[in-house]
Amino acid sequence: MTSVTDTASSHEHDEHHHGPAKGLMRWVLTTNHKDIGSMYLWFSFIMFLTGGAMAMIIRAELFQPGLQIVEPAFFNQMTTMHGLIMVFGAVMPAFVGLANWMIPMMIGAPDMAMPRMNNWSFWILPFAAVMLVSTLFMEGGGPNFGWTFYAPLSTDYAPPSTTFFIFAIHMLGVSSIMGAINIIATILNLRAPGMTMMKMPLFVWTWLITAYLLIAVMPVLAGAVTMMLMDIHFGTSFFNAGGGGDPVLFQHIFWFFGHPEVYIMILPSFGIVSAIIPAFARKHLFGYTSMVYATASIAFLSFIVWAHHMFTVGIPLIGELFFMYATMLIAVPTGVKVFNWVTTMFRGSMTFETPMLFSTAFVVLFTIGGFSGLMLSIAPADFQYHDTYFVVAHFHYVLVPGAIFAIFAACYYWLPKWTGHMYDETLAKVHFWMSFIGMNLTFFPMHFVGLAGMPRRIPDYALQFANFNEISSIGGFLFGTTQLLFLFIVIKCIRGGEKAEAKPWEGAEGLEWSVPSPAPYHTFTTPPDVK
Amino acid sequence: MMQQAKSLFLLLAGLAVTGSSRAAWEVNMTEGVTAVSRNIYGLHMTILIICVVIGLIVFGVMFYSIFKHRKSKGAVPHQFHESTLVEIVWTSIPFLILVLMAIPATKTLVDIYNTDEADIDIKITGYQWKWQYEYVGEDVSFFSNLSTPREQILNVREKNPNYLLEVDEPLVIPVGKKVRFLVTAADVIHSWWVPALAVKRDAIPGFINEAWTNIEVPGTYRGQCAELCGKDHGYMPIVVEAKSQEDYDAWLEAKKVEAEKERELTDKTWTMEELMARGEQAYNKACAVCHQPNGAGMPPIFPALKGSPMATEADQIGAHVDIVMNGKKGSAMQAFAGQLNEVDLAAVITYERNAWGNNTGEMVTPKEIVEYKKTGKYVEDPAKQAMPDNKQVSL
Amino acid sequence: MSEQDREEKPEAIERSTRRTVIRSILVACGMFAFGFAMVPLYNVFCQVTGLNGKTDPDPYMYKAAEAKVDTSRDIKVQFVATKNAGMSWDFSPSTPQVTVHPGEPGLLNFVAKNPTDKRMVGQAIPSVTPFEATNFLHKVECFCFTTQTLEPGEEKVMPLRIIVDQELPKHIKKLTLSYTLFDVTHMN
Repeated sequence: MTSVTDTASSHEHDEHHHGPAKGLMRWVLTTNHKDIGSMYLWFSFIMFLTGGAMAMIIRAELFQPGLQIVEPAFFNQMTTMHGLIMVFGAVMPAFVGLANWMIPMMIGAPDMAMPRMNNWSFWILPFAAVMLVSTLFMEGGGPNFGWTFYAPLSTDYAPPSTTFFIFAIHMLGVSSIMGAINIIATILNLRAPGMTMMKMPLFVWTWLITAYLLIAVMPVLAGAVTMMLMDIHFGTSFFNAGGGGDPVLFQHIFWFFGHPEVYIMILPSFGIVSAIIPAFARKHLFGYTSMVYATASIAFLSFIVWAHHMFTVGIPLIGELFFMYATMLIAVPTGVKVFNWVTTMFRGSMTFETPMLFSTAFVVLFTIGGFSGLMLSIAPADFQYHDTYFVVAHFHYVLVPGAIFAIFAACYYWLPKWTGHMYDETLAKVHFWMSFIGMNLTFFPMHFVGLAGMPRRIPDYALQFANFNEISSIGGFLFGTTQLLFLFIVIKCIRGGEKAEAKPWEGAEGLEWSVPSPAPYHTFTTPPDVK
Repeated sequence: MMQQAKSLFLLLAGLAVTGSSRAAWEVNMTEGVTAVSRNIYGLHMTILIICVVIGLIVFGVMFYSIFKHRKSKGAVPHQFHESTLVEIVWTSIPFLILVLMAIPATKTLVDIYNTDEADIDIKITGYQWKWQYEYVGEDVSFFSNLSTPREQILNVREKNPNYLLEVDEPLVIPVGKKVRFLVTAADVIHSWWVPALAVKRDAIPGFINEAWTNIEVPGTYRGQCAELCGKDHGYMPIVVEAKSQEDYDAWLEAKKVEAEKERELTDKTWTMEELMARGEQAYNKACAVCHQPNGAGMPPIFPALKGSPMATEADQIGAHVDIVMNGKKGSAMQAFAGQLNEVDLAAVITYERNAWGNNTGEMVTPKEIVEYKKTGKYVEDPAKQAMPDNKQVSL
Repeated sequence: MSEQDREEKPEAIERSTRRTVIRSILVACGMFAFGFAMVPLYNVFCQVTGLNGKTDPDPYMYKAAEAKVDTSRDIKVQFVATKNAGMSWDFSPSTPQVTVHPGEPGLLNFVAKNPTDKRMVGQAIPSVTPFEATNFLHKVECFCFTTQTLEPGEEKVMPLRIIVDQELPKHIKKLTLSYTLFDVTHMN
């Protein structure tokens, strides 16, 4: 393996024109997986701050009952855009960025399978994002129908900007599908000799499954928004009951996409945590094979549970029961994963650097989100939970500590490899603890107000919800401002710091640690031998 | 058992009730006032306790490792990393727990779906942003609007205890009777939810949904729309008053008498002042939510009425009547012909043509509205009270 | 990746990569088509299960003449009418409820009136509760089979003939047939 490293770096020196070009065009034209990975990550961070700013507006309005800061119409645009930007702009591109950076290095490939397509998949994103955000400044405002855009609120009753929203979704979808195809092609074809499927790191496995989910459901979303477009402009009646269509059909199509989508946002996290916990426990991951099977079963189940988002829509008893049982079943493979992580920690030799802190928090808080998910799966109880803040608490518990914390953990874990410097451990720990406290302060009280009867997506609320909303808002501001610290830590780490070794973490495993830090512009141009 | 569970939950949440108002720190689901709501509460507590117990075990092991198996404490990593037996065990045990949980959940769900043998049927229709209640077969029907004054929402005045959870006309139902709700909507999807009854049903345009309740205790129960339905989704509460059978019968009778009286008002000769006073009330109830109390609207979606040609020019009076009665296709403007009675329609149009400096002095009478409903054309009634000094009616 | 690296990539890998990509694109296209296929699939599914109370669109499937009257049961059929918010017609059933035996036709009228000064086209959308009963309530004659056009000020009496199937599950004693009237003038 050492010889591989040498080849890679000497290759770099011999042919300097293989290094990055200079100036702006380097980024516009690049086909290098590392450059593109970095751009994805920066893009997603900008989107994270944009969506976060919208969350701050939401929390500021909800700080007290009554209308203080924004009008209800604008509030609805904020909740809608916050959801869309966080899902399509922040979480998904961040995972694609990590995949771009790490998958070729983890499987011993020189680059992604289709480097030029990789460039396109990224460069579609900024344009889609600008189009999406620009709707806010159009006459009638931006999308205001929630990120789930249920018809007919999003068709017959939608603002004129909805057409641009639809195009933005199409572009985001095309970008994701191209990214996913590239990842599948890379994993299936460019693995180094000896890197069998069952030797792949879990991050690669979870991403492979995620990519399949993406190519399966993003086109369905594209279909749904295309039907909306036709209903709005071409007089069709897919979702208009008056013309023989059905508004409930929209929900079926949307959630057929939407439920796998939530696993798209969590499966790569499972992979990240499955890399980090063993590294800092200095012990092999417990139950690798069962982890792979559990991931695959979760992905499979995600296709047959969609109507649990629709328990109150009025589906027949038999359908209600089917979707309830199928949903409850997801708890089994998810439980297996959590048990495996905990058993990996058990009798290890643990240290708690920042990646491990975020991963540990991931396990605890994601499990709490899983528990509330299990509660939501009980259809009769869902009649009380549905569309309340309990649901908001639930999905923020799986998405913030689930997706976002895992992304932070991944960034801290691989930053030394990316930049060649160690990040500032003290500041990073401050970032962790403030995020941890802020996140719980924001979202835990939401369970209470939800159970007590507060519906979601309202700009103003009854007085009995005031106390917990105030706490939530304070927590939200804390969490939000803390993320600027993350920006500072990353910039500081890029600009300098303690020199990172090729393998800065004692217990880390994987091919990515066999190349020097920072990783050379080209790695594994000659495939390594994996034993 | 459930009571203990509740206190345990409170303890776990680490929340002693400290604030001045008990309700403001409410952390749990209501038990409600029906058999179904209590069953649901029971399911909720059972699954919660199961989760808490599993959580305590899993996190217990985890935190034990975190404190014991640290490198700093000299822990040496063991190298076990696979055990099929263990995997099978922790796949099957959760599965069994789920099966046990599914049994009571299924029973409750079957019960919720059984709408047979209902005593009273009430049709509930969701509108942007109000509810309509129709007592099927009783000829009683009314709209229920938010009654919280705007000043409270804008923080000008102090808020009522029932801020945002109060309506002008609540739904009234008798206790001890199985009441079936037929839920639908007239524009977008809404959801009718009253936590104390554990009834939440989506109201979907073009389709009819069913739900039922049987309230045990007389009282007032409050809820809200639970499906995002546009701008004022947060401002369409639901209030249910459960009354004894006698009180309910009396209420129903009074409602019918009131409706009859309203009908008689149509024949009365109205003066400008009377119409303006009634018009202001009706406007604030039905129109102000979009066109704003000051008539300025929220352009471009909700146009201003103040100074608009339609509400000020004499030859536009027919168009004005038409749009109020029949709505405007492809916009948020609803057809109010079926929502307001003739008197309110006449009053609203008169008000809009004379308020906020729109001082046209023109008056539309209930009789003209009745005529309009018959012919589809607005024809000015020559017999209506002449208003020579109409320009002085300014507000 | 540079051209040189590309050349270095063995041809076999190049080929298998292309195969993977083509397959993936086909899957994606297939799923896009599947999104649209969900529309007819869903309608079939609804008709089979009575989901959403969507009623059987083909009245001739049920042979009314062969129906035997089951006098042992009385079934109440309720009628409710809703006007969509943009619809200004008057629209209501002549009677809120009829009681019939299964197999026996029930007849009643709906009355619609166009109070505006424009010609308008309306479409009534039927829906039945409980869902379970959807496939057992047959509309032999219904104004909802086609759109209805009313001239300004015109009033129309629209007959509705229904038959409750003898196979209706025993526990159901009351059905509700709901009509929502939509303005479809702009579509015609």
